[in-house]
Amino acid sequence: MSKSTGIGASVKRVEDYRFLTGRGRYTDDMTRPGQCHAYIVRSPHAHARILSIDTAATLAAPGVLTVLTGADMVADNIGSLPCGWLIHSRDGTPMKEPKHLPIAADKVRHVGDQVAVVIAETLQQAKDAAELLDIDYEELPAVVSPGSVETAGTAVHDEAPDNVCYDWIWGDKDKTDAAFAQAAHVTTLDLVNTRLVPNAMEPRAAVGEYDPGMDEYTLTTTSQNPQLIRLLLCGFTMGLPEHKVRVVAPDVGGGFGSKIYHYAEEVIVVYAARRLKRPVKWTAERSESFLSDAHGRDHLTHVELAMDPDGLFLGMRVKTTANMGAYLSTFSSCIPTILYATLLSGQYKTPAIHAEVKAVFTNTVPVDAYRGAGRPEACYLIERIVDVAARELGIDRAELRRRNFIPPEMMPYDTPVGLQYDSGNFARNLEDALALIDYDGFPARRAESATRGKRRGIGFASYIEACGIAPSNVAGALGARAGLYDSAEVRFHPTGSVSVMVGVHSHGQGHETTFAQIVSERLGVPMEKIEIVHGDSAKTPFGMGTYGSRSLAVGGMAMMKAIDKVIAKSKKIAAHLLEASAEDIEQDGGVFRVAGTDRSVDIAAIAGAAYVPHNYPLDELEPGLDEQAFYDPKNFTFPNGTQICEVEVDPETGVVKIVRFAAVDDFGRVINPMIVEGQVHGGLVQGIGQALLEHAIYDEDSGQLLTGSFMDYAMPRADDVPDFEVKTNEVLCTTNALGVKGCGEAGTIGGAACVMNAVCDALDIGHMDMPASPERVWRVLRDSRPAMAAE
Amino acid sequence: MPVSITLTVNGRPAALTVEPNTLLVDAIRQHLSLTGTHVGCDTSQCGACVVHLDGVSVKSCTTLAVQADGRNVTTIEGLAAPDGTLHPMQAAFKEHHGLQCGFCTPGMVMSAVDLARVNPNATPEEIRHWLEGNICRCTGYHNIVKAVESGLQAMKTGAAAQAAE
Ligand code: FES
Ligand code: FES
Repeated sequence: MSKSTGIGASVKRVEDYRFLTGRGRYTDDMTRPGQCHAYIVRSPHAHARILSIDTAATLAAPGVLTVLTGADMVADNIGSLPCGWLIHSRDGTPMKEPKHLPIAADKVRHVGDQVAVVIAETLQQAKDAAELLDIDYEELPAVVSPGSVETAGTAVHDEAPDNVCYDWIWGDKDKTDAAFAQAAHVTTLDLVNTRLVPNAMEPRAAVGEYDPGMDEYTLTTTSQNPQLIRLLLCGFTMGLPEHKVRVVAPDVGGGFGSKIYHYAEEVIVVYAARRLKRPVKWTAERSESFLSDAHGRDHLTHVELAMDPDGLFLGMRVKTTANMGAYLSTFSSCIPTILYATLLSGQYKTPAIHAEVKAVFTNTVPVDAYRGAGRPEACYLIERIVDVAARELGIDRAELRRRNFIPPEMMPYDTPVGLQYDSGNFARNLEDALALIDYDGFPARRAESATRGKRRGIGFASYIEACGIAPSNVAGALGARAGLYDSAEVRFHPTGSVSVMVGVHSHGQGHETTFAQIVSERLGVPMEKIEIVHGDSAKTPFGMGTYGSRSLAVGGMAMMKAIDKVIAKSKKIAAHLLEASAEDIEQDGGVFRVAGTDRSVDIAAIAGAAYVPHNYPLDELEPGLDEQAFYDPKNFTFPNGTQICEVEVDPETGVVKIVRFAAVDDFGRVINPMIVEGQVHGGLVQGIGQALLEHAIYDEDSGQLLTGSFMDYAMPRADDVPDFEVKTNEVLCTTNALGVKGCGEAGTIGGAACVMNAVCDALDIGHMDMPASPERVWRVLRDSRPAMAAE
Repeated sequence: MPVSITLTVNGRPAALTVEPNTLLVDAIRQHLSLTGTHVGCDTSQCGACVVHLDGVSVKSCTTLAVQADGRNVTTIEGLAAPDGTLHPMQAAFKEHHGLQCGFCTPGMVMSAVDLARVNPNATPEEIRHWLEGNICRCTGYHNIVKAVESGLQAMKTGAAAQAAE
């Protein structure tokens, strides 16, 4: 019987009512008294020197309050947007970390770079006045393609004349070379992991407010981590004392990584609010989002896999060029390194792995974490080369995976790339997924497709990811400039309802429901008496926010710790009320009982006694029932699973249609299966989007983004994607008490690899790069036609 | 030159003074402070802004406010019953977890309700086709399709019950 409440129940979401009735409160929905509007003038050039900006006509235009430029910010000592992770090159030198001013002061470095800000009474006035701005540029040659930066003959930053940010290595080179020397077979592959635009449906927005009487600031922003933004705003860009700054991230319409970072516009609205002493609002238009939200992926990779005669993996070599874009975004440097090379073992026993990663600057929008962040890139190359290897060796692809899986009895397993997997049953996930898709029936389905002139293919991805980056001391040793713990406060109110303040943030994940389910089960409080509070630095303890599928594994564990403290104190209060000793009190949900008796008191009565302490051991216990905890995880968690997809390709048109899709995932303990399935569906479609549709393309010469709107950048739509069959296999995580692993990114980690493996199978080719759009597929088929005819 | 328009919004009369080029979505969000209707793009592609004009779904980002003069506008705020009971389509989205961040949701729901007028017996494939103009980045559409299927069914049952009364 499935539960209807508590941990493991598909409880309907408590946040839905406001979203369904139009009562969600997103940043752009807010209007402040006296609010004015910022319009950001962005560079039309990929690379140019700013010679002069004449603001006279703009300032004279109706409604205009001010025009801000980089020079104003420099004069007011506004700082550079910082990068949160320091990577060292193989020669020991630190990465090149050029300044990133919120408004460009000397040069613009990508199309869309901020050049000036016009602030007016209305947005229309600001836009109209911006037309009058006279900016004199000296255009410079642009570096666009990451593959040729060193010979581009122009430098994005003077600090990096060769445009290399860092040249980093990971793993044991000698051991890997030795493995290759012994190999019976080596498979090699060159692949591109395409540049993507995250495109959360809510465009970014920010409102800055300044109260001169109190000298206090409020920033309302579309962020996944308001506390982190406050830290960066106070400590780096604006240089303000944190007790004077409140950062609020209200309802946020999706993030997928793109709303982690400290963006220029957040600084701009706060700075402008202080100068004007009025609230200043900025909201991105979608075409502006394309040019100013951090992009994702963008890797060029050469990979080699060494095998013995039976197809056992002996070693892997990976060489990647990672495009950072024009500036280092907040977490950009750790994505193609710490969140990528550490995952190159995948689910396999490959004993020796070596990776070289060169991160380069180009005149393009900065690249940072996008759902999965480094891990989809690792999974894509592993799962692609395993398929190519199987094809070359003539081994069934499921069988080759089986032979190389790390078996459960080897857990905990130390990979050669620095991680310790705690748990997982990879083979079972694969077998279950094969059953779900009916692998044995595939040849018959393929034959049936052929009778209709269609080419059918099947593909797998057996992925593993590392979530909840941890522990802080290890992250610090790897270059993190922040801790990666989280926090929670569980506050009982006198009449027994509960507010739980968490440092993580929900922007679609449903924390208001899942976190409440845990509280409800552990403390025996009905769901309707529990409120999960997040997204406001004035209300919640300092936490690091939501990304990397960390909310439950880290934030949820902080909440568990706080709950444990509440229970410990409640036992003492119960002992007093029941005239027993605290050691004799047993807790079962909300009931505290003297062991072996029927004498008990419930948690609401305990809370009442704590807040109205007329009969209370005041000399032993403080009044109140309000506990806070910080939690630093012991290890990453490792969600894993197998996704299988079947496609049908129409050789006439090149159209790829996904006809079946199955996913079996191990997320550890599942709190709310309905929400988990939704996360898998959404993640898979982002993976499918990359495989079949999406691609951010720059013009090589001009550096213009050619896919700068939903007209040219193909977002997955309802009729592009299939229904999904999903199943979870719970293997509890051994390194946290909840046993949870995280589910937010899984679909995206394997999705693209899985679809491309199916496409290549259908086309009977080793490899083609993404996206498998009709035109590209049609070309592949045309180019392979003579060979087909000869068959 | 500002123009005066009168329209009915969610059953209530409204008189507005707008510019000739004011978009309906701006009139709804800014003049009427009904912020449930969202703006997700600037190329009429995403459907976050869908409302009903005389019962027919339109993208309010590509409709001028003056085009609504003398007409009936229903936004997401006008869908639930006055006592707060969800419309069957809203209830179906909740039941089937057809929303995550909620940003595309008002447009999705308004489009889905209009499908009941056009094709109350829509198959899952027809639902997917109908929703082509509504982009959701969160849900992967799977649960939205389930929700719309069930919402259409519930609307039919509701209509039948009403007819019987
Ligand atoms: S806002 Fe109207 S279609 Fe995107
Ligand atoms: S629920 Fe977030 S865009 Fe659809």
